[in-house]
Amino acid sequence: MTGSEALERFLHTDPGDVGCDEAMAVLHIFAELVAAGADTKPEYRGVAAHLRACGPCGDDFDGLLAAITNEHP
Amino acid sequence: MKSDPPLALGSFDSASEEWLKSLTGGEREEAVGRLHQLLVCAARREIHRRSTGVRVTGPELDDLAFQAAGDALVSVLAKLQQFRGESRFTTWAYKFVMFEVSTKLARHFWRRSDMPSQPVDWGRLADRFGIQPDEQSEGRDLLEALVRALDETLTDRQRQVFVAIVVNGVPLDALLEEMGGTRGAIYKMLFDARRKLRSALVDGGYLTPEHEGT
Ligand SMILES: [Zn+2]
Repeated sequence: MTGSEALERFLHTDPGDVGCDEAMAVLHIFAELVAAGADTKPEYRGVAAHLRACGPCGDDFDGLLAAITNEHP
Repeated sequence: MKSDPPLALGSFDSASEEWLKSLTGGEREEAVGRLHQLLVCAARREIHRRSTGVRVTGPELDDLAFQAAGDALVSVLAKLQQFRGESRFTTWAYKFVMFEVSTKLARHFWRRSDMPSQPVDWGRLADRFGIQPDEQSEGRDLLEALVRALDETLTDRQRQVFVAIVVNGVPLDALLEEMGGTRGAIYKMLFDARRKLRSALVDGGYLTPEHEGT
């Protein structure tokens, strides 16, 4: 990837991106859907778009997914 | 604020129902202790998972994990009425751990780093995207156009957020500790900055749009 491609990819914004507040509100529901392999529901497309673009929400999501998939007994 | 309806036991999975019953019933103290332990474990694993960026080990890790779990527990207990059974109870509770770990690590960031001083090092921006700003090159034109667009199209706040996060590599939550407000508000400023910069660079012929839309 050239510098301009990398920059274009970073600057591109998804108009469906729901933002932090909405993503955080449903993070627990979305994490269980993803853990169950059922994350393709269209109503969560904007949440998925947000989690791809937002560093801290993406981190919270990755952590939550790790916590529920590697749960100790 | 909406008032919350009382907990409707019976609409949850059995483990979640068990948690709610014990956290609101006679064995509350024991259940709170059990939940706290679960949250401490989750916090410790999460800090460990994230500590590639900010190295946190030993007693410091334990300390942060206990603080994060303690604050998460307070939130969970205060918001118990808001649990709707849309996920397992523990998944919902772990979410608060993730938020608290983010907050604690953001504070921790400033114990190890200072806010980078002016002037802005634009070379870091070029490095960030692998732009080669050699003399007379396309990379140099692109970088100059980007710096110009930062000046001409962004508000002061948008520029401040973009420079801190993108150029200086300050994590968004750490910037939030400095600037105040909410994560969502800072994200929105960065989002708008990205959109405006891209539009300026596409219009100027410096970037080829790969995606439809904005
Ligand atoms: Zn976010």
